[in-house]
Parts: sequence; C-alpha cells; structure tokens
Amino acid sequence: MAQALLLAFQTPEGGFALGHVQQMAGDVAFKDALRNTILLILLIVPLQTTLALIMALLIQAGLRGSGLFLYIWTIPLGISDLAAGIVWLSIFTERGYLNSFLRDIGLIQRPIPILSYENPQGLFLAVAVAETWRATAIVMVILVAGLQMIPRDYVEAAEVFGPGLWQRVRYVILPLLRPSLQVALILRTILAFQVFAVVIALAGRVMPVLAGEAYFWYGSYRNPNVAAAYAVLILFISIANTVLYLRALRTREEEVAL
Amino acid sequence: MRRIGSWRRHSGRVLAYGLAILFSTWVLFPIYLIAVSSLSPREAIYQWPKALFPAALSLDTLAFFLGSHGVLGATINSIWVALITLVLSLAIGTPAGYALARFVFPGRDTFKILILTTRAFPIVILSIPLAVTFIQWGLYDTLLGVALVHTALALPITILVTNSIFVSVPRDLEEAALTLGCSPRQAFMRVALPLALPGLAAAAIFTFVLSWNEVFAATILTLRSRTLPAHVLTVLNESPLPFRFAGGFFLIAPALVFIFIIRRYLLNMWGRVVK
Repeated sequence: MAQALLLAFQTPEGGFALGHVQQMAGDVAFKDALRNTILLILLIVPLQTTLALIMALLIQAGLRGSGLFLYIWTIPLGISDLAAGIVWLSIFTERGYLNSFLRDIGLIQRPIPILSYENPQGLFLAVAVAETWRATAIVMVILVAGLQMIPRDYVEAAEVFGPGLWQRVRYVILPLLRPSLQVALILRTILAFQVFAVVIALAGRVMPVLAGEAYFWYGSYRNPNVAAAYAVLILFISIANTVLYLRALRTREEEVAL
Repeated sequence: MRRIGSWRRHSGRVLAYGLAILFSTWVLFPIYLIAVSSLSPREAIYQWPKALFPAALSLDTLAFFLGSHGVLGATINSIWVALITLVLSLAIGTPAGYALARFVFPGRDTFKILILTTRAFPIVILSIPLAVTFIQWGLYDTLLGVALVHTALALPITILVTNSIFVSVPRDLEEAALTLGCSPRQAFMRVALPLALPGLAAAAIFTFVLSWNEVFAATILTLRSRTLPAHVLTVLNESPLPFRFAGGFFLIAPALVFIFIIRRYLLNMWGRVVK
C-alpha cells in the first residue's frame, strides 16, 4: 500500500510534474468536475446524515417490526454504484417510470428528456437522488451500531427528567454518538469524492466529476499522468476533509469509555 | 393531563410508523421497478408509457443476460473474491482496530489519518502499480490477487469501524474480567468481542459489499477472470437497455439475500448488548 501511494505521489511530481497538473487544470471539464463534485457532496452528505440519524432513532425507538424496517433500510448497502445508476436510469430515462407517472397524472403529454445534456440541473438532481438512495444505508448502519452502544440508563435518565425529544437527541444522544458520527461522516465524504459509476450510468460524461475525469483520462485517453493528477487532487481534498472532521468531532476518551 | 400525554405519545407513534413506512417505500420502490423491468419481455422495456404493473412476466430478459457470454463465470468469480476479502480483512482488521482503541502509543492519531489517506486514494491509480507487482508475483488475473487488493481497500475502513466500536465498549468490563482471572486474550474473546459483534457485523457487510461492487481494480487486474461488475461495466456501453436493466437487477439480487442473513445475526447480537 505504502509503495503504491509513494509511486502515485511521485507520478505527477517527477519529470513533467507541473505539466500534467496544468493540463488537468486547463482542461475544459476540470472546473465543472470540481464544482459538481463539491456541490454534490455539500448537498448529499448533510442530507444523508440527517436521514440516517432519523432512521437510526426510529430503529432504536422500538417500533413493532423494527427488524423488518432495519432489513429494508440496509438493502442499499448491497447495491453497487453501478447498479444504483442502472436502477435510476430505468426511472429517469426518457421512456422511464417518472415520465410515465407524470403522464398518468396529466402533467405532460410527451416524455421530457430528464437525462439530457441540455438539462444540467436535471442530471445533477438525478445523480443526487440516486446517490442519496444508495449510500444513506452505510451511514445509518454505523449510527445504529453506535446507538446500541449508548447505555440505556443514560437515555432512560434523560426520559425521566423529561426534556423533549429534540433536547434528548441534542444533549444526550448526539454527544454520546460522536465517535460513530465521526466515522460515518469521514467515510461517507471520502467515498463521495470517488463515486462516479452512478454518474456514468445516468449522465455519461455530460456531467463531469473528479473521479470520473480520472477514469476517463486513464481509460479513454490512456494518460495515467493526468489521471494521477486528478487522483492526487482528490487525495488532498479528502485528507483536508478528514482532518477537519477529526478536529470538529474530536473524541474524548474519558467521555466515551464510560 | 394524562390523556394529553397519552395522546401525544400516540400521535408520536403514528408519526414514527408513517416515517418508517415512507423510508421503506423510498428504498423498495426503485428495486421493484428494476425488478419489473428485468422480468418483463424485452418489447415492454421500450414501451411508452410504462405500466406500473407488468402485463406479462417473462424470464426472457434475465435469461438473455445470464446467457450472455461470460456472465455466469464472472458471477462465480465475484462470490469467491468477496468471501476471501471478508475473511482476510476481518481477521486482520479486528485486532488492529482493538489495538488502536485500547493502547495509547505515540503517533496514534497520525496512524489513523494515514490509514484514511490510503483509502482516500482512488482505486484506479492504486491498481496500476499493483498490476505490475502482481505480474511479477504471478498473481495477475487470479481471484486471490483481486481479493488481496479488495482487502487492502477494505482494511482501513474495517480498522476504523472496529476502532470506534471498541472505543465504545466499556473498558471497565474487560478490567473486571482480568481481575476475575481471565487472561488478556480471554478478556478480549469473552468480553470485548461479544460486545463488539454488532459493529463487527456492520464492518463485515461493508467489506463484502465493497468487494462485490468494486469495479476498477478488478477490471485492471484481470483479463479473463473478470468479476461481475467489471464484466458488466466493460460491456455496458455497447449493451441494449434490456441487458443493462437485467444486469442491474442481477447485481442487486444477491444483496437482498446477504443482508437478510446479516440482519438475523445483527438482531441476535442486539439482545446481548442491550441488557
């Protein structure tokens, strides 16, 4: 692993170092790719964390059939980004289910092209929906596992003293959940930087993302150097992000190891 | 007063169930749609507007996909690779995560960040130097080779997840076990490990899924022994919609079974944790 990392680090730096980085930065798709990736993460990660937290709390609330709910909600864990892209392709494609539905309720007569290069917002939203659908489950599983670890006494004590649900979550559960939240956020954000099979299945290259560009530069243009430049960029953003999360959600051992 | 309280609790329940059912529909409905797509006759896939309930079910599309060249072999490859990955990464990752959680050693935080950076590194680039090494070692185009890469990719996550789990397992319990005459190893096996099992199961799910879904390392490191996603991705662009839908459904179907098995395991462990 270390060797591979070293090799890849050296690729853009050794020899024609800046040339490849400049080639990347000067590429038509670069700015769009960077913007799309960051926008996607800014939209998806908070949304997924919120959804996952609600789901985890619902599981923990001891509803009847919570085992079934948990099973259903963890299904997307087993779905690859490629498969998720295909699933939502069947919905968003021109003769797909969404258009059929819109026609049935009388909103449109003819299929509207949602996944068209003329409709960047539609593409972006389709990708965001598919990603949210696919990857919320991993956050939820980590949070459920974390919630399990919170001693029941704490939650019961909070219930006895009677603050509302919101306050219980905010002041008792969330602080105790910090280690799990930390892992979930780091993991989710890092993975979000690398996702692109969803994008390729839904949008092809019309909506560039960083990892997708790296893939195309490697696969289609046979230019591993520029691909490596993209990779290093992703790496640096991810590291910066991780450090940020670790700082913001620092785990205090004495607080957690009860 | 009491009546208001019970009414509030009641409406809270209704709201909770409503939300739960809403989330379930959100997860299940797209799967239903892709299932219908792949179980419809091929003509129905091009039909407009699409019917929510298929007029006719047929295995044609799925059989067309399965009968396509290379699909069956790729499926078997995928399963083997995922299983080897799961075993390897849990066997290595659990002790490592435990060590990170329990023992304070210099550079621990640096080590944590280092672990994450390896994961943050795109699989595409990571695979190239590995491909060269694997050719030298004779691991190129073998399932074990792919599984080793998948293990390397899954390991950081396994370590981090197990670490956060062991951090939350009360240390006092282990110490109690030690004073009651357990060896450190017994204390780990009998106290810490059972308490950590639900989280470890979550890590296991993640590992399996990562391997089953991983495309690039598999594509680069193999020529003939392609895993299923690698195979589907390579032929996706030249394939008609029925092939894509059937492929998508077929990639999803095993996940339903697998998560189902893990779910039981997860729930069993819950009983032990929540005492």
